[in-house]
Amino acid sequence: MAERLHRFRGGLELPGMKEAATASPIRVMPPPKRIVLPLSQHIGEPAKPRVAPGERVLRGQMVAAAEGVISAAIHASTSGTVVAIEDHLVPHPSGLAAPCIIIDADGRDEAIEPVPLSDWENRDAGEIRERVRDAGIVGLGGAAFPSWIKLSGNRDQPLDTLILNGAECEPCISCDDMLMRERADEVISGARIMLRALHARHCLVAVEDNKPEAAEALQAALAKFADPRIELVIVPSRYPQGGERQLIETLTGREVPHDGLPLDIGIVCHNVATAAAVHRAVVHGEPLTSRIVTVTGGGVAEPCNVEARIGTRMSELIAFCGGYRGDVARLIMGGPMMGFTLRSDDAPVIKASNCLLAGTAEEFAPRRETLPCIRCGACADACPASLLPQMLYWHTRARDFERVQEYDLFDCIECGSCDLVCPSQIPLVSHFRYAKTEIWGKNEERAKADNARRRHEARQARLEREAREQEEKRRRKLEALEKMKSGDAKKAEIAAALERAQKRKEERS
Amino acid sequence: MNFNQAPAPFLKPLTSVGAIMRQVLYALVPATIAYVWFFGWGIVIQMLIAVVFALAAEAMMLSLRGRPLRPFLGDCSALITAVLLAWALPPTAPWWLAAVGVIFAIVFAKHLYGGLGYNVFNPAMAGYVVLLISFPQQMTQWIAPDFLIGESVRLSFMETLQAIFAGFPAGIDIDAVTAATPLDHLRTQLSQGAVIQEITTHPMYGMAAGHGWEWIGVFLLLGGAWLMYRRVIKWQIPAGVLLGLGGLAAIFWFIDPSTHASPLFHVFSGAAILGAFFIATDPVSAPASDKGRLIYGLCIGVLVYVIRAWGGYPDGIAFAVLLMNMAAPFIDHYTKPRTYGHERP
Repeated sequence: MAERLHRFRGGLELPGMKEAATASPIRVMPPPKRIVLPLSQHIGEPAKPRVAPGERVLRGQMVAAAEGVISAAIHASTSGTVVAIEDHLVPHPSGLAAPCIIIDADGRDEAIEPVPLSDWENRDAGEIRERVRDAGIVGLGGAAFPSWIKLSGNRDQPLDTLILNGAECEPCISCDDMLMRERADEVISGARIMLRALHARHCLVAVEDNKPEAAEALQAALAKFADPRIELVIVPSRYPQGGERQLIETLTGREVPHDGLPLDIGIVCHNVATAAAVHRAVVHGEPLTSRIVTVTGGGVAEPCNVEARIGTRMSELIAFCGGYRGDVARLIMGGPMMGFTLRSDDAPVIKASNCLLAGTAEEFAPRRETLPCIRCGACADACPASLLPQMLYWHTRARDFERVQEYDLFDCIECGSCDLVCPSQIPLVSHFRYAKTEIWGKNEERAKADNARRRHEARQARLEREAREQEEKRRRKLEALEKMKSGDAKKAEIAAALERAQKRKEERS
Repeated sequence: MNFNQAPAPFLKPLTSVGAIMRQVLYALVPATIAYVWFFGWGIVIQMLIAVVFALAAEAMMLSLRGRPLRPFLGDCSALITAVLLAWALPPTAPWWLAAVGVIFAIVFAKHLYGGLGYNVFNPAMAGYVVLLISFPQQMTQWIAPDFLIGESVRLSFMETLQAIFAGFPAGIDIDAVTAATPLDHLRTQLSQGAVIQEITTHPMYGMAAGHGWEWIGVFLLLGGAWLMYRRVIKWQIPAGVLLGLGGLAAIFWFIDPSTHASPLFHVFSGAAILGAFFIATDPVSAPASDKGRLIYGLCIGVLVYVIRAWGGYPDGIAFAVLLMNMAAPFIDHYTKPRTYGHERP
């Protein structure tokens, strides 16, 4: 268990900016008139639609099934009629549209009959995983990786620790905080289910020290369940404490290998909201159809945390929170450090939507002019991955992508700490994303070129072989012809000999 | 409703180049006051001359290079170069010395290498070395501290101004108002066979080093500590310089204290503390990693001692810094920190 906390390298002390949204309890938003469910709300393959336009669906009914191993099912989040399966704006940095199932709600909000797995304590780990998979649960901290895969453990090595991540280190976001305050029982119950699925020895629930109410609620829940395997750990508030690798370092002092997973050191990390969703799926038989979203920022009239149906459009979510206020400069999904801007509030809430931030111009001033790097090293001090962002930047500018990789570009978690401390106001993370994209593109190109070369060589070889075979054939034909010709000559010889014999006979007689 | 898009992070930046440079300037204020206290108004006038020429040279180079003036003049980096160079000049040096030095620093050492962030050499030190080599006589004519000379010959503000712009006023005996610096004095005396114990009985010596000089050192140390507290600089370079210099001095002092000055004398003499906290810490021309910076600082400290003890100059901060500037990329190459999750070497 966590006897002594360690300290991850780098990071920043950032203002919480969470007070506005934590002042009031979670508000439950009724289902909206229209639900937009993107088929790709998770890491992995998009889900495959299981319904057709015109079909009536109920809340909790699977409308798209997981496609392949890394994928997640999607469920209708209210009852109504499927009106279309077509492209619709989705919350993605590209601001592009993607295939969605669009449902017109009938207002009755009828649900399918839930099938709880109430005796889960006697069930097999595989059954629990299957239930989590069928409920469409993904990591609700923002990464949206299918959770059942991370409940599979490792066959070679017994799992030591399950970490429930309730750090929520990014400014403005408070959905996990409010969940832990109000539904701590669900979190702890979810932890117990996860421990069973993973065969893990114990569980650490990590909460940053700026959330005393959440810690208190969790402590009360722990007392209720009296499960000695689960322990609450208060960690220092420091960005990015909630980063998986940083939190593991804080709690255990161990590092995850750069090319490996926490699983490789006997650890699995899940978000607290994911644990609560697992609890609901297993104990109540409810698939993932809603989530808590922090709606905040100076540009929203009533900042608060909302339990919203997946597929609710952001415009309606904002309207539920009293609408916009003042001059909104940016609409951000996620936090102010790692979130991304939305092109329009027509995009829907998806499983990964932890926060919707309507920022005014005063809050998020546009960047000032960028000056050259003065190599001050503030970025390196802030980097939780011990990278040298100034060197990465230098080589990225020179488009020397080999050197960029030597400086471990791909260990960058894009937390944005370097960007914030840079006195020259260089958009470092944007540069690193660009370098990553360029390298991926180059690798793809190289793979394509290799492929083309192989194909060309194969064709060349085939043509040569065919030419050789043709030549062989021709040669054989010629030989045969020759043979045939030579056959005729013999006959002629024989005929000539016969003729000569005949002549001699005649001469004798 | 539609919105503009932008990349993360969205929080306001925590600092700016100008803010960092201005803090360096603030940190020099107490020591400057001490300097004025002991040596008169010369340094302030030198600073003003240097600043005027530095800003003019910066503006000229920026416009020649087609760069915007406002952000680059606002970064205050030219101001730092000017102020540091002024610190390195004798307080009554003629005005054109500061002008030539600072113009060389800004035009050649800074802008011809690509401007802010691209200079290989510390501009102020490059300018200083050019002056030291080209005008050795003017560069070594140090005014004596006030307490060494009588009330009657002490230079007033106006006389200092006149000395800088028009040469020493008639009727003032240059030899009466100038004196060798303690480092210089000690060096000459040692070469004449004197021992430290008798040399330091001269009134120019104080408790640890030169009287007056050591107090300026204390205020520079305070300013440097404040910069570390404000996280404008980190401890690696200053600690490296002072450890390298003091450590090597301690070894020789331990061997023979009659011919080798104490480590305290070395640290509080010349430009050691100024160099450690304000010159060697120029990030542009220093290595990038913490380990690299410690090595860099240590090497500067060792070089300073080597130059002082066996070189041709009484002090060696400028040469040591410039030599190590050249080594910075090399140090960078071998001190890349271990990335998270990678194997320990």
